[in-house]
Amino acid sequence: MLNQHEIMQTIQMIDQQHLDVRTITMGISLLSCAHSDLSTACAKIYDKIAKYAENLVSTGEAIEKEFGIPIVNKRISVTPIALVAAAAETDSYVPFAQAMDRAAKATGVNFIGGFSALVQKGMTEADRILIRSIPEALSTTDIVCGSVNVGSTKAGIDMDAVALMGRTIKDLAGKTADQGGFGCAKLVIFCNAVEDNPFMAGAFHGVGEPERVINVGVSGPGVVYHALQDVKGQPFDVVAETVKKTAFRITRMGQLVAQEASRRLDTPFGIVDLSLAPTPAVGDSVARILEEMGLEVCGTHGTTAALALLNDAVKKGGVMASSHVGGLSGAFIPVSEDEGMIAAASSGALTLDKLEAMTCVCSVGLDMIAVPGDTPAETISAIIADEAAIGMVNAKTTAVRIIPAPGCTVGDTVEFGGLLGSAPVQPVHPYSAKEFVSRGGRIPAPMQSLKN
Amino acid sequence: MKAIVTVIGKDRVGITAAVCSLLAQYNINILDITQTVLQEFFTMVMLVDTSTCEKSIGDMVDILEQAGAEQKLSIRIQREDIFNAMHRI
Repeated sequence: MLNQHEIMQTIQMIDQQHLDVRTITMGISLLSCAHSDLSTACAKIYDKIAKYAENLVSTGEAIEKEFGIPIVNKRISVTPIALVAAAAETDSYVPFAQAMDRAAKATGVNFIGGFSALVQKGMTEADRILIRSIPEALSTTDIVCGSVNVGSTKAGIDMDAVALMGRTIKDLAGKTADQGGFGCAKLVIFCNAVEDNPFMAGAFHGVGEPERVINVGVSGPGVVYHALQDVKGQPFDVVAETVKKTAFRITRMGQLVAQEASRRLDTPFGIVDLSLAPTPAVGDSVARILEEMGLEVCGTHGTTAALALLNDAVKKGGVMASSHVGGLSGAFIPVSEDEGMIAAASSGALTLDKLEAMTCVCSVGLDMIAVPGDTPAETISAIIADEAAIGMVNAKTTAVRIIPAPGCTVGDTVEFGGLLGSAPVQPVHPYSAKEFVSRGGRIPAPMQSLKN
Repeated sequence: MKAIVTVIGKDRVGITAAVCSLLAQYNINILDITQTVLQEFFTMVMLVDTSTCEKSIGDMVDILEQAGAEQKLSIRIQREDIFNAMHRI
């Protein structure tokens, strides 16, 4: 029998430490929706999403109620649209994004991901059309998210795509200038993108995935932070053990919710993503965990080591708690979505360079970072290339979700609202990378790719 | 199905009686109770069996929450699985 202490500990985690399941994401294959006629293809996409995810939100809410654990988001990921749309005779994929938007809204989810292309080794005609459609697609829809994979350990980095994405991000920011460039918060540029990521904006349903699948992302920075408060001043061995035990508990809860959702929706269970996902709420911050380890402010010397320990301990604790672990599984460090990161970046302690270093030891990358609106497209491409290089060489996922906020300069703050929070505009290096980016071609795959 | 009922609030006469009679009203059987009072703060944890209850557990969540609000208490019911998952291997 459970004892009172254990039960009250769980209640406290939920009530006071922001423990929740961050997302139940249903992955849906749209490969069967390919059609040469644009409107037929869009209709098939709408129908399939609306049918498969019909009960996703209501099921999530029922589980939430019965277990008494908040499930913050219910979402959908679909096959990268560049693959589905390739058969259609059209020069714009905006109608596909609009069909996704309508279908997702009909099911009641709050985001749908998969307006995506995988171009790590080069672009097909469909990939080019998709990337060209991104600015209009993401600025004329509300809840569609997109991603482009520009590199991998196996294939190297497609620098033509990297250059193109710098310009695409600038276009998208311009098209959503009235919202501070909000459109860019819905676009992720990946290296080594994963096929079963439940988190937005980078979720898509990979081609190796089944017809449909349930993936769950857990959360819990507040719980880890709270647990570490009890071991103040103790050695790192104790810190790591404490994080592991906490991550185990959090993940077990995620696994339970995932299995229950899978059973009720008659959909195979895919993975639990172990990522510690912060929110802008006070007490739900990854930065505060790092500071609890003894750093005056996140971003100072020691931050990378602290994050490395945290990221590793979360995985070690989580991996035994779930039958299938996948997705991104690591600590997230989105600036605008983390109260402690916002504070550290606003004070100037947390710079873009330090964030880049931190991405070497955690998932995922430079995430939700606002830079001045006049940042050149080539500089953004160079930032993407740096991140992609880190991912490629270390055989891990890295991503860039960067917002060149139109009309904003260093010192301004861009408000996105809700879970996306607010981002202080951070300085970038003023020196040009234009010649570097305009070379084009491919950066060859590193030695690490030759494992056979 | 087994569930856990937790009651938290400022201590006063009759909390246990009120909650127990409420559960009895819906045919929910109490299997185990522990309660403590720490600095006027009342905490009660019950293991209950809802298999004879005609209402769904989702409905009971609402009923207990409303009853709790009326009595300035936090009363909740959750399926036991969540606690087992978290604290038992």
